Amino acid sequence: MKIVALVKYVPDATGDREFAEDFTVDREGSDGLLSELDEYAVEQSLQIAEAGDDVEVVALTVGPDDAYDAIKRALQMGADSGVHVNDERIHGSDVLATSAVLAAAIRRLAPDLVVCGMASTDGSMGVMPAMLAERLGWAGLTQARELSLEGTTVRISRDDDTASLVVEADLPAVVSVTDQSGEARYPSMKGILAAKKKPVDELTLDDLDLDPASVGLGAARSRVTAATERPAKQAGTVVTDEDGSSAAVIADFLTAGKHL
Amino acid sequence: MSTVLVVLDHLDGAVTKPSLETLTAARQYGAPVAVALGAGAEGAAAAAGEYGAARLVTVTDAELDQSLVAPRVDAVAQIAAEVDAALVLLPAGITAAEVAGRLAVRLDAALITDAVAIGGSLGAVTTSQSVFAGNWTTESEVTGTAVVTLKANSVPAEPDPVTAEVTAATISYAGGSALARITASEAKRETGRPDLGGARIVVSGGRGTDGNFAEVEALADALGAAVGASRAAVDAGWYPHAYQVGQTGKTVSPQLYVAAGISGAIQHRAGMQTSKEVLVVNTDPEAPIFALADLGVVGDLHTVLPAVTEQVKQINR
Repeated sequence: MKIVALVKYVPDATGDREFAEDFTVDREGSDGLLSELDEYAVEQSLQIAEAGDDVEVVALTVGPDDAYDAIKRALQMGADSGVHVNDERIHGSDVLATSAVLAAAIRRLAPDLVVCGMASTDGSMGVMPAMLAERLGWAGLTQARELSLEGTTVRISRDDDTASLVVEADLPAVVSVTDQSGEARYPSMKGILAAKKKPVDELTLDDLDLDPASVGLGAARSRVTAATERPAKQAGTVVTDEDGSSAAVIADFLTAGKHL
Repeated sequence: MSTVLVVLDHLDGAVTKPSLETLTAARQYGAPVAVALGAGAEGAAAAAGEYGAARLVTVTDAELDQSLVAPRVDAVAQIAAEVDAALVLLPAGITAAEVAGRLAVRLDAALITDAVAIGGSLGAVTTSQSVFAGNWTTESEVTGTAVVTLKANSVPAEPDPVTAEVTAATISYAGGSALARITASEAKRETGRPDLGGARIVVSGGRGTDGNFAEVEALADALGAAVGASRAAVDAGWYPHAYQVGQTGKTVSPQLYVAAGISGAIQHRAGMQTSKEVLVVNTDPEAPIFALADLGVVGDLHTVLPAVTEQVKQINR
């Protein structure tokens, strides 16, 4: 059995995140790392592998040279191998083109299960797992709080706004897991050393039989025309409370803002 | 290509406020066609008409509730084709994003999620989004058909009454082994409070509540507000995950956000930074959340919130 865990290299959210001159996310000028939410996807993949016999976990990413770091982290955590789709012509792709590239790479790998994080920590759209399920024609089991596998049936629990659901599907399937699915492990020293010997395949659009005209900034159906940094918020009023003394100040604030 | 299609969220025909905002925004492109999916859909007719939808298309098939997302996409895609939609607008949300993503693939359309403003014209829609935890605003331009989700509280809902002609659509579902079958569903307890995503006011509690949300809930009820929680409070098991505000929970953009006992980690700010006004109550004057405060109170929420709740009740009396 083969599991593909999707991993994305993102700018560190605790640092300054910027846009490049073409209004794409600046991935060169900022420190990057494996998207925290994808660590949960790697963790769940590894747990399935550890519970089963002969389960292989492949970490897959699309991105520039630096994106290798996302795969490296997954390998250090315990994934068996990596696939890095790295092709300059992909730069500036919108989410539709990116999903087409990922879907082509997944088809080539032919896994039984694809595990994703619930969203990236940069674009944060949370749409990729659903779009991949759509493109592959596989079941999409999204926003899983729990994930389990029994034979060729995958089962998740998820919380919607109005109900808690249990959802099942036959493999192959695409699953996304939330940060509630279980803490992700830190790489051990052994894992870090072992990762250096694990194979990572680099693929281009040609390997995936994709038309370069269908990806990149030129093919994007939506393009960003401006990016402006939000002005720092004007410092508000700060008062110190003594035994509820601030209540009147707060009531005035609520009245002035027409919140009452 | 001249129609804008709006997918309404409703519960048994009761249309949500963000849906009415979305209908209002859609009217700039001409009379919208509204879609309501699921049990009680025809009950959405009055609200759809009041907010300017000339037509409401309903689908109430059992298939919609038997599997995740895909049957809804079947329905919306077929209706979009039937009315020749150039723009499909949905009130933003986790399921809405998934429906929108699949729809964009199926319609070969542009996809924009969590827009805070929308303009331009059909075939050349423009949007604004708030990104990187609300620290940046981007403007986007779309070519051709577009699928857009609109964040709650971005556009005020304004009525423009017409009579909505109601038609029930017949949908052909893909079915098959690619379905994610819902095998169990347990309804959540009704709180009687407004929905977190669309609420005008949100009162959130964090680590500073020490696990006691009674004071947070009391202030929320006095203000007619929704209750939220930080990830720290949810991880501690003090409040359900469905109420988490932040990167891995809900993104809210209310008129007023009250952060009580919340330090303001980047993951939390990502979910509330676009709130119009922010009131902070925290014992630690160094907490990063104070940087977002219009009014910041250095004090213990267990003292401050009950005192404010009392004042609010007196003013409202």
